[in-house]
Amino acid sequence: MPVTVLPLSRHVTTDGSVTSGRKKFGFVTGKHAEAQANEFIISVVRFIDVCSVEQIRLVPDKFISVCKRLHEEVINLNAPRKIQASSEHLTPLHPDFLQVCLLAKCYKIGYGILEDDIYEVDQPRDFFLYCYYGGMVCIGHKRFAKALELFHNVVTAPMSTMNAIAVEAYKKYILVSLIHLRQFSASFPKYTSSVAQRNLKNFSQPYVELANSYNTGNISELKAFVQANREKFENGNNLGLVNQVVSSMYKRNIQRLTQTYLTLSLEDIANTAQIDTPKEAEMHVLQMIEDGEIYATINQKDGMVRFLEDPEQYNTCEMIKHIDSSIQRIMKMSKKLKTMDESMSCDPLYLSKVGRERQR
Amino acid sequence: MDTDEIFTNGVDDEPSPPQQQQQRRPIISSEQLDIEAYAALYTGRTKISRLLFISDKCDNVSVKLEALRMAYVEVKKGENTQLFREVVQKIDGRLGLEYGNDVNWMDAVDRRADVRKEKLENELNAYRTNLIKESIRMGYNDFGDFYYARGTLGEAFKNYVRTRDYCTTAKHIIHMCLNAILVSIEMGQFAHVTSYVSKAEQNKADLDPITIAKLQCAAGLAHLEARKYKQAARKFLETAPELGNSYSEVIAAQDVATYGGLCALASFDRAELKAKVIDNINFRNFLELVPEVRELINDFYSSHYASCLDYLGNLKANLLLDIHLHDHVETLYTDIRNKALIQYTHPFVSVDLNMMANAFKTTVTGIQKELEALITDNQIQARIDSHNKILYARHADQRKATFQRVLQTGVEFDRDVRAMLLRANLVKHDYNVKASRKI
Repeated sequence: MPVTVLPLSRHVTTDGSVTSGRKKFGFVTGKHAEAQANEFIISVVRFIDVCSVEQIRLVPDKFISVCKRLHEEVINLNAPRKIQASSEHLTPLHPDFLQVCLLAKCYKIGYGILEDDIYEVDQPRDFFLYCYYGGMVCIGHKRFAKALELFHNVVTAPMSTMNAIAVEAYKKYILVSLIHLRQFSASFPKYTSSVAQRNLKNFSQPYVELANSYNTGNISELKAFVQANREKFENGNNLGLVNQVVSSMYKRNIQRLTQTYLTLSLEDIANTAQIDTPKEAEMHVLQMIEDGEIYATINQKDGMVRFLEDPEQYNTCEMIKHIDSSIQRIMKMSKKLKTMDESMSCDPLYLSKVGRERQR
Repeated sequence: MDTDEIFTNGVDDEPSPPQQQQQRRPIISSEQLDIEAYAALYTGRTKISRLLFISDKCDNVSVKLEALRMAYVEVKKGENTQLFREVVQKIDGRLGLEYGNDVNWMDAVDRRADVRKEKLENELNAYRTNLIKESIRMGYNDFGDFYYARGTLGEAFKNYVRTRDYCTTAKHIIHMCLNAILVSIEMGQFAHVTSYVSKAEQNKADLDPITIAKLQCAAGLAHLEARKYKQAARKFLETAPELGNSYSEVIAAQDVATYGGLCALASFDRAELKAKVIDNINFRNFLELVPEVRELINDFYSSHYASCLDYLGNLKANLLLDIHLHDHVETLYTDIRNKALIQYTHPFVSVDLNMMANAFKTTVTGIQKELEALITDNQIQARIDSHNKILYARHADQRKATFQRVLQTGVEFDRDVRAMLLRANLVKHDYNVKASRKI
């Protein structure tokens, strides 16, 4: 099969969806191995197109493995990187790439793309989609901090009208904030656009109420609320996250106990944190110790848990390296900020606008 | 013997066996409020309001009826038929025929009132045509007094305020302010009280000590209603003892002591409590009138928490019948109790919860719950060892905390700057698009 070289502008996304029998795949070819991969992809896609449903149903496993291979190949092509002008540029491909990763549940690969910091954006819509899909990829990869950051960027991005992506992102933002930070602040930062500030809460009413109910610390209330609004959460495809929120409530309650108690019996923990049995409480505490979220020792003989201080003493070599690298990173960031500031003050458009306003 | 001394946990000058401790406690009034004595402290409209309030809030039927009876007698002395009707309705015939609805009296009073009103109106019109400031002022003042006696407080207030334009000397202004304050307190509009107090205090030179004391009481009441207990306490504590009974239309000297004492206990820290309350010679005169409050404050200061809380408990029932204080009793009591708990734990590195529970007359679980709330609120720096029931003081490690904060700030700065650069870029792009469209 001849592989034609097309100009970059007609670069088409390869997400495996077949719309018609004829599709032109253009790649910047280089290596022979790639040509082979391309052939494989094309042939597989043609096959999926023309095969009959009954026959496929007879051999489901083989079909699945073929599809998986297709996905892998596509992803390994690493399409977005080829078109990126610099590693800090967001291209139209990014969100599509991330969408593919989401659908294929290959979160790790998607996460690799996200690790670059983005500073230059061509199309705001791409940006919104990128952040939204990126956030979801991070959730899949269990990196809640980065997900929070991405959703935060969507919600606070400058926008002149409401868009659905921001609304969906805000809903997920609330949920991830509850899971990761165990709290949610309903006030928007000052730089949020006024459109967002006014309207976002109206569109995501059940989620805001969920956050309020979470703050009370009452698990049975929270569960009842989730049950009552189950449909709404399902419609937003957020039921999984909501369930995670409920289970994070236990962790929140246990964490508060570490602030006030030195030792506590498992029964008391179960009572205060509204867990059903001491055995379950022990499971939760054990889980949290393993995850490194609290420092404690469980004495099974007495049924006592002893809460310890954070053993980090900040006096090791690793800590010094960590602090040093942080300092370096921040210094770089400051320099970048300064250059951007300088470039903006030389920008003719900006100067003309400021000049006009001053005259007024 | 030994355990008793530890349990009392107080500042003892000399070792005191239990019998002496009992003797040191003077009067404890857990009896019913003596209505006659209470009502005798007040005059005028506030007496009736207070009696009605007591009859509403008190559960004891005999006290209720006694209060209503006294209110009836008091109302008949005045000219307020509306209030009379209310009282009769509340009595509901329970006191017999002589305390029933007296239509004749009401009609007579109403007729008299109408006649007087006409007369006042004519006089006022006459004065207004003559344009003599002093007479107009007197005219409005009389109107205000008339409406106040009739019970239409809104009109009374309006008329008192109208005299302002015709006041020529500072004394007139002070007179007007006092009237306005009186009516505002009765109406429950304490915002006006504060403004008129400050207005009156502008002419400090012309004020005699009694008026100053009156104004301070009024200001204290306003702060109390606004839940600003610290400022209320300060005002009450500054009140001069010359007040005596001269402000009985509003407040009695005992009230000044009670309100001031409780607010101070709930909001002052230890140094202020000593300086402004215990060593305050002027306030001591007030405290003599309510020895329980005096004992209570002294006990708190010397860490005899059990007896302090006892006194508080005894006073509570009667304080809930007080018209100004009843909303605040719960808050003040909780504040005082929390302060006691914090003060108890403050000097120690470790505290046995059993002994603490004894000192505060509750169970160990109870005290653990209270301490947990205070620790979560960050008012006590400590941790509870629930297994051995000991409270350990805990001092934050500054060095670690600093490191944590530094790293956290670095992360946040990084994140915020990146987000900011991104947003700036978005705005620039948006702006470029707009600009290119224009071109």
